[in-house]
Amino acid sequence: MIVALWGGWFKISLFFWPSRPVPMENLVEIKDVNFAYDVRPVLKGINMNVPRGGIVAIMGLSGCGKTTLLRMIGGVLRPTTGTVTVAGRVINRLDEEERYQMRRKMGMLYQFGALFTDMSVFDNVAFQIREHTELPEAMIQDLVLMKLNAVGLRGAQHMMPSELSGGMARRVALARAIALDPMLIMYDEPFTGLDPLSMGVISNLVRRLGDALGATSIVVTHDVQESLKIVDYVYFMSDGIVVAQGTPDEIRNSRAPFVHQFVWGEMDGPMPFHYPGAPYAADLELEAARGT
Amino acid sequence: MVLEHLGKGLRIVGRRAINGIWRLGFASRFFLFTLARSATSFRRFRGLTFREIYFSGVLSLIIIIVSGLFVGMVLGLQGYETLQKYGSSEAVGTLVALSLTRELGPVVSALLFASRAGSAMTAEIGLMKATEQISAMEMMAVDPIARVIGPRFWGGVLSMPLLAAMFSAVGVFGGYLIAVVVIGVDEGAFWSQMQNAVDFRQDIVNGVIKSMVFGVAVTAIALFEGYDAPPTAEGVSGATTRTVVTSSLVILGLDFVLTAFMFKGI
Repeated sequence: MIVALWGGWFKISLFFWPSRPVPMENLVEIKDVNFAYDVRPVLKGINMNVPRGGIVAIMGLSGCGKTTLLRMIGGVLRPTTGTVTVAGRVINRLDEEERYQMRRKMGMLYQFGALFTDMSVFDNVAFQIREHTELPEAMIQDLVLMKLNAVGLRGAQHMMPSELSGGMARRVALARAIALDPMLIMYDEPFTGLDPLSMGVISNLVRRLGDALGATSIVVTHDVQESLKIVDYVYFMSDGIVVAQGTPDEIRNSRAPFVHQFVWGEMDGPMPFHYPGAPYAADLELEAARGT
Repeated sequence: MVLEHLGKGLRIVGRRAINGIWRLGFASRFFLFTLARSATSFRRFRGLTFREIYFSGVLSLIIIIVSGLFVGMVLGLQGYETLQKYGSSEAVGTLVALSLTRELGPVVSALLFASRAGSAMTAEIGLMKATEQISAMEMMAVDPIARVIGPRFWGGVLSMPLLAAMFSAVGVFGGYLIAVVVIGVDEGAFWSQMQNAVDFRQDIVNGVIKSMVFGVAVTAIALFEGYDAPPTAEGVSGATTRTVVTSSLVILGLDFVLTAFMFKGI
């Protein structure tokens, strides 16, 4: 009797409990997303899933909509149609305050670091902690030094961004992105413009930090070989649609012409070397010359 | 053929008009956002506002003081030259003080402020945008309007009247140096005539109101141009130029309107 009553109360209380996000396998789910800048379509019916705790790469040519997709996951842009769900909440239906709350749980590494140039390395990493928490300065110092230590730059805490090399700036930006232990870390072209050594360091950090923090990572990149070493799954985008997807091994062994051309850096293929234009002979006026 | 050209011309004019109106709407919305979020901005970022007063106010002091001194000295020379013909060279103090407090102080200091601090604000915010610092701040759940724009806006608005007052004070001193020390106008007459002629409410307060209005206009234009700048080197350079040109024209236009309202009964 008591058990039955208890069970009944439990069901009723669950019924009236405020709806909470249901724990899910995928941290990020993108469904039928379309987006256009003015009248130029950028994303055309994109579907993607990013499993919790995994590292997913989004690859494709410049201008194919990869960064736009990241900005949409961060709630900076809203899709024209479709939904972007992060941790069970549809980002494009949240109001501004709720989107800001969600962003506190995300970290983003920009292509060239986007460090605040008027602040030291230490202040850059401490920025988000100071903005969003009431922690005492002594504790902030410990947290910042731990984050800087994780990227190997504890000794550079007093330097200004202008004194850092490209690789160091990217590592500081990574320390800043993980300052609040985010559940989702987004990397926008993290390997661009780096020497091979710095590139190896950054790619190792992406994997190690993701594993250590239990965070989910999305890496937008052109660098196929480096990213295939560290990611769990790959989406290929071209002209606003997903043209191929799979695990790194599947991608390496893929016979799909687009993937093969992209992975092996072939000059011509489904993506032509020549930008569409008038026939070469016509541009050089050879026909006209023959006619005269 | 003629109709085709006419249609093309009309389309260009129409597109420019629509773009202009759209930009004006965006600027107004930006200005309203800045005001709306200023309360948060000032409460949370008071330290940053004082820092901006230092950057746009204190660092503009040199150019303001030097320009004020020379403008005052020129006024002293020109004023004496004209007034002595009518035997009233002692009135040179009045001429210098009224010219400075009513017009030259607010207007010239606002023009200098636009070229020194306004252009710096535009370039700084434009570069922050080009290097994705603004975007990064937004992704870190920090509102860039409250954190970056608000403190700069209030820093500029508070600095402007102080700079104009400094310009006028130094200008009067420059006039004194030329008229009294160099030319030899009677010192007592110089100061007493000035004291009798300058009215606190009519001249000083109106001058301060003018400089506050100019401060709001210049700072708002500079911040908007920076925030709206295309994220390229060319875009930032164009925005900086637009800040100086637009601010200068707006200052002169507003000066006419304000003067018409303030001194219409004189």
